[in-house]
Amino acid sequence: MARTGTSAARVTQDADGGPARLTGGWQAVTAHWLAKYRRVWFGTAITSFLSPLLYLAGMGYGLGMLVDRGAGGIDGVPYVVFVAPGVLAATTLQVAAGETTFSVMGSIKWDRTYHGMLATPLGVRDVVRGHLAYVLVRLTMAAVVFFGVAAALGTVRSWWGLLAVPVAVLGGLAFASCCYAYSASLTNDRGLALMFRFVVMPMTLFSGTFFPIAQLPGWLQPVAWLTPLWHTVDASRTLFLGTADPGGILLHVGYLVLWAAGGYLAAVRVLHRRMVV
Amino acid sequence: MPVEPPQVPADPTGSPTYESATREPMIRARGLVKAFDDFTAVDGIDVEVRPGEAFGFLGPNGAGKSSTMRMIGCVSPPTAGELTVLGMDPRTDGPRIRAGLGVVPQRDSLDEELTVEENIWVYGRYFGLPRRLVRERAAELLEFAQLTDRARSVVEPLSGGMKRRLTIARALVNSPRILLLDEPTTGLDPQARHVLWDRLFRLKREGVTLVLTTHYMDEAEQLCDRLVVMDHGRIVAEGSPSALIAQHSTREVLELRFDTADHAARLGEVDGIAERVEVLPDRLLLYTADGEAAQSELHRRGLEPLAALVRRSTLEDVFLHLTGRTLVD
Amino acid sequence: MAAPAQGRVGVAGRLARALPVPAGAGMARMLVERNYRSFRRTWVIIVSGFFEPVFFLFAMGVGIGSLVGDVEADGRLVPYVVFVAPALLAASAMNGAVFDSTTNVFFKLKYAKLYDSVLATPLGPRDVAVGEIAWALLRGLVYSAAFLVVAALAGAVTSPLALLAVPAATLIGWAFASIGMAATTYMRTWADFDYVQLAILPMFLFSATFFPLETYPPALQGVVQATPLFHGVAMVRDLMLGQVGADLLVHVTYLVVLGLVGTAWTARRIERLLLR
Repeated sequence: MARTGTSAARVTQDADGGPARLTGGWQAVTAHWLAKYRRVWFGTAITSFLSPLLYLAGMGYGLGMLVDRGAGGIDGVPYVVFVAPGVLAATTLQVAAGETTFSVMGSIKWDRTYHGMLATPLGVRDVVRGHLAYVLVRLTMAAVVFFGVAAALGTVRSWWGLLAVPVAVLGGLAFASCCYAYSASLTNDRGLALMFRFVVMPMTLFSGTFFPIAQLPGWLQPVAWLTPLWHTVDASRTLFLGTADPGGILLHVGYLVLWAAGGYLAAVRVLHRRMVV
Repeated sequence: MPVEPPQVPADPTGSPTYESATREPMIRARGLVKAFDDFTAVDGIDVEVRPGEAFGFLGPNGAGKSSTMRMIGCVSPPTAGELTVLGMDPRTDGPRIRAGLGVVPQRDSLDEELTVEENIWVYGRYFGLPRRLVRERAAELLEFAQLTDRARSVVEPLSGGMKRRLTIARALVNSPRILLLDEPTTGLDPQARHVLWDRLFRLKREGVTLVLTTHYMDEAEQLCDRLVVMDHGRIVAEGSPSALIAQHSTREVLELRFDTADHAARLGEVDGIAERVEVLPDRLLLYTADGEAAQSELHRRGLEPLAALVRRSTLEDVFLHLTGRTLVD
Repeated sequence: MAAPAQGRVGVAGRLARALPVPAGAGMARMLVERNYRSFRRTWVIIVSGFFEPVFFLFAMGVGIGSLVGDVEADGRLVPYVVFVAPALLAASAMNGAVFDSTTNVFFKLKYAKLYDSVLATPLGPRDVAVGEIAWALLRGLVYSAAFLVVAALAGAVTSPLALLAVPAATLIGWAFASIGMAATTYMRTWADFDYVQLAILPMFLFSATFFPLETYPPALQGVVQATPLFHGVAMVRDLMLGQVGADLLVHVTYLVVLGLVGTAWTARRIERLLLR
């Protein structure tokens, strides 16, 4: 503890003035990612805020005109109202995937950020938790901004809709933690490209985001039920419309929590195996 | 290991090679300048590299060595002055000159998406060499670079020394008449450096003209027939390593370390013992023809340094004398 | 050894030399060859690129199609999948070309330093530009051919002229690959690629891809018609529906000009960046 001079930043003092712990904990890891994000936020603002709005405009209003003309909306509401909660959920999925793929692999392999972190008193658990906490911040920002615009456009039909924000964030986190575990297990980035193509993209298209899964061939519907995105979409949609029932929401939320927790445990395990040899 | 160096400059066209047909130097620079927006990297240098010799640019980081190499390699147009490489002007004959050069850049730029042997094949194809020839030559070159057993491995897991040897092997695929090596052994461990030097010696024996930059004096002494010492974009001395040492330093050096934080303060005590004294932060260098005699004089004066060492002068001393600075800092 | 660079310049080389772009040795195909070798180890990713438009076609055809019903295209009513398939072909040609020529090229330029070693050989900046863009085209050609087969199976092909959609998609790929690669030479960090998305996404959504031009507000129709993807989509749609007219010439000209400008611009930029 005499080394306070060299590691003052990390040594925090507890109430009676004595040195309490040697590590900044996961908060320090979160701070690292936030500091990095501050330098690129403008660029990502475009992808994480603007692109969902473009999708809402293009799909909701453009394509919506055709759908409303052809089928008179979906389940009694205009297509844009149907699609807005879908886009919200898809947005958190995109942000989650974007923040837990290349940056995880890069921190292990390319710029070796994690090696630096683990050379300090920080542990693998702090690294994972801190990273996911940062993702949580990003998810919340994206969800809140999108929700605000969607509400201003009149696509949110009930005050319960507000609850769709935390649900969508949870949905993002559920995917983020699993995706983190997957990224940390890879030795090259080929697997990431494949994941985007064969997991993120189909999930975005076929989890009830842009059309009801009842349109899918019968054998595909159970697959959609398994995806975390479908649960996020369905919960958000009923909340947006004000047709949610508590039991249904609890089921969705419980399922998403399972994914998030399982993913977190897997992520810690995988990263440990990868970094602590 | 029976390693046969590749058949170097057998000109495939069968015409007399450039160097036998003319007495011209391989590279000639007159008042060569390279200026960027905010600084002048090379500030009017004159250089002549003769066929078959190993020529070195010695200097610290930022002396202008790499800029000079890039101009010779025709990937950086000179700002002013004259430059001919293989008798041609880089400004107009870039591709033709490059066809006769082998370039080993400071940082390995191997193609990590390809295997070891593919690196050589693909590079050979960039020279327009037929596929079959490229394959034959790759086999020879891998043998030369002691990488035959790694031929099908991807590049990424190779050690630093192996990557460096592969970069050199790749640069030889077109049987270049000049091999440009920018800091060939920087960052390698001592053993890997010696393996590499051995390979370069073989090439020299085969008659390849070597042009290299380095900030290691031992490398320059080992490899170079002739060298120029560069500092701040200018040439401050030129000659063979031994001639440079004879001209700019004494035969021996007595290195002294005192128990003091300020070696300059001890300068007065050694006054008159040597022809010249240099002060470094951690030691004094006494330049003298006879180190033993200087050491005896030291004892006679009752001086007791923590450590005293007599050694031969090196290019490092030449550089220190010429610029007042050390090469590697 | 100077001979190969000089002696092997073919028709393509001489033609290339006549253009007012930076030096090259007419050996761009060597870079294509290099990419082919590297492709043999990463083919899974590249082949997987084919699935993207197929997923979209499935989502639009099966999911949205029955909700929308028939749509008016080139003056007649067609099922939605017939309307949207050509647009997906054109859009995926754009996406594939842009992805190839931005991310991949940026990696080679900044990290792998591939072009530094290429330019130490007789190859020049123009060879780099032409080689990379040609490679992006080859890939696009294979993708579009495969997509066309799937579209035909899905009943979205109604005219034999649809075969011409393959070269048409390649033309779209060229236009976007060359512009994308030129833009890549200005990029400093990976974060800059978000700006590429900013350019691509609105075009993807609003080039009469998913809904006809007539559904846009009149004020916006002009803007839509100015974008390169609009011309790509319109061109492919004309061909796949078999409704060919003078418009086609406009679309083709627009994209050819874009491709030429982009290629020359890229070569200049590579020269500026690497040969200083």
